[in-house]
Amino acid sequence: MQKDDFSKSYVVEGKLALPYTYFAGRVGSTFLTTLRDQKKIMGVQCNQCEKIFVPPRQTCERCLSDIRDNWVPIENSGEVVNFTVVREQDKHLPRKTPYILGLIKLDGADTPMVHIIDGIDPEKITEGVRVRAVYTNESDPSILYIDHFEPISS
Amino acid sequence: MKQRVAVCAVAQIKNEPDIWYQRFQGMVLECFETIVEQTGVTFDMDKGIRNVVTCSDDVFDARTISDNAITDVVGAHFRGEEKSCQDGSNALGYAMASILSGHDDVILVAGHCKESQPESRRMCSNLAFDPFYTRPLGLDFLSAAALQARAYLKQSQVTDAHLAKIVARSRENAARNPFARENELVTEDDVMQSPLICDPIRALHRYPVTDWAVAMLLCSEERAHEFTDKPVWLTGFGNCMDSYFLGDRDLSESTALQKAARRAYTMAGVDDPKTAFDIIELGDAYAYQLPMWAENAGVIEPKSAGKWIDSGGPDRMGVNLSGGMLNGNPFKLGGLARAMEVVLQLRGEAGDRQADKAQRGLAHGTTGAAGQHHSVLVFEK
Repeated sequence: MQKDDFSKSYVVEGKLALPYTYFAGRVGSTFLTTLRDQKKIMGVQCNQCEKIFVPPRQTCERCLSDIRDNWVPIENSGEVVNFTVVREQDKHLPRKTPYILGLIKLDGADTPMVHIIDGIDPEKITEGVRVRAVYTNESDPSILYIDHFEPISS
Repeated sequence: MKQRVAVCAVAQIKNEPDIWYQRFQGMVLECFETIVEQTGVTFDMDKGIRNVVTCSDDVFDARTISDNAITDVVGAHFRGEEKSCQDGSNALGYAMASILSGHDDVILVAGHCKESQPESRRMCSNLAFDPFYTRPLGLDFLSAAALQARAYLKQSQVTDAHLAKIVARSRENAARNPFARENELVTEDDVMQSPLICDPIRALHRYPVTDWAVAMLLCSEERAHEFTDKPVWLTGFGNCMDSYFLGDRDLSESTALQKAARRAYTMAGVDDPKTAFDIIELGDAYAYQLPMWAENAGVIEPKSAGKWIDSGGPDRMGVNLSGGMLNGNPFKLGGLARAMEVVLQLRGEAGDRQADKAQRGLAHGTTGAAGQHHSVLVFEK
């Protein structure tokens, strides 16, 4: 059969789209409203594992301690420890390609966080670049209260 | 005595880029009818199939409870029906648990996926990420794999040239597999010249869009003779889920695969995975994963993959003779495709790509971002 022989095929063009309300949870809400209102990044510390997690969570996955109240301030700056350049455009992407997604180890955190890195040529990004958060008031409510991270010029 | 589960029969359709001319129900029905033909199994409530495990994905089928669309095809009405929406190898683990626990003794496993139907696989996998911290960034399984590829390649001896070898070899092996997706052969140079799509992953490092369906009949050791005179024994299964956030993990290695493998080897009584297997099928959706999974499953030493590839190790150890994921299987069914090849090899039914004296094989499957979840299966003749 030829691919274009649809003469007797009935095809429905469908689409899954479901308006929905996601609750970030109490820990997640504190993190996100602090980003929005104070332009500050907060992590949670597991005292037993001596580890500071960003994004925060209620329970340490390693020792299962309740860490929801162990808030610690994290710096708005950090280091790119891994990255990729997204080059194929697609509808779920928040930026025009090419754009950089990096794992950024923020000063004061133990777990790197994924975010967009802008303000540098995607062909020139390397590990070890120092970056800082650039906030916006315009984004949808999410991690995109930080619009992106940009290199700190030395 | 070690308990065993028998794989009595396997059936598949050909992997294709776009099976536009058939509904997924029809694809599964072909497999199902082949299983019945091979084994004579019935749906008799005393002696036949009382329990079916299906594998499908709600997002790829664009409907919730995707198994609802397949229950009549696999005869699951009025009996047990379970769905695995993990990698398909977990459907086999589920069936194995059901049989070894004495819950049931004959289980049909069936899986389907048409990756050709959604506009973009990456849009599907973006939905695997949470809506607060990662989904809004556009993360998908490709970009997550790319971050892992960089972390792995940096600490391993594996180079872009090695990845090119892996891709070229995958296409050559698949050309000997009549059920494999038909792809053009590529040279190592073609692979190295193919554009970066998500650094360091190149276009030819990624498995292509594929539609496929598969079915298998499993039963208890005592009943195997009723359905086949050539049973393949499933003797080990292990799986493990890694951390969710990419930054919580050391992406350069896979703790989850190490643990899944250890569990499977312990169950099967495998002492040294480096010498135990005649056939090894690894879920290499991206080229860097073949060496990375080989190291983390313990079939080769850590940080030895570069030399292993250069010295023809994958051929010597019977790795991905089917062509592997890289040549094209639906991601959701990757582990079932790996298990299919191992079973065919152990049955001596692998045609032009048949390995000599295959006695024991390993099949591996993975789901989630950058190999978050892994399953390992051990099969024996």
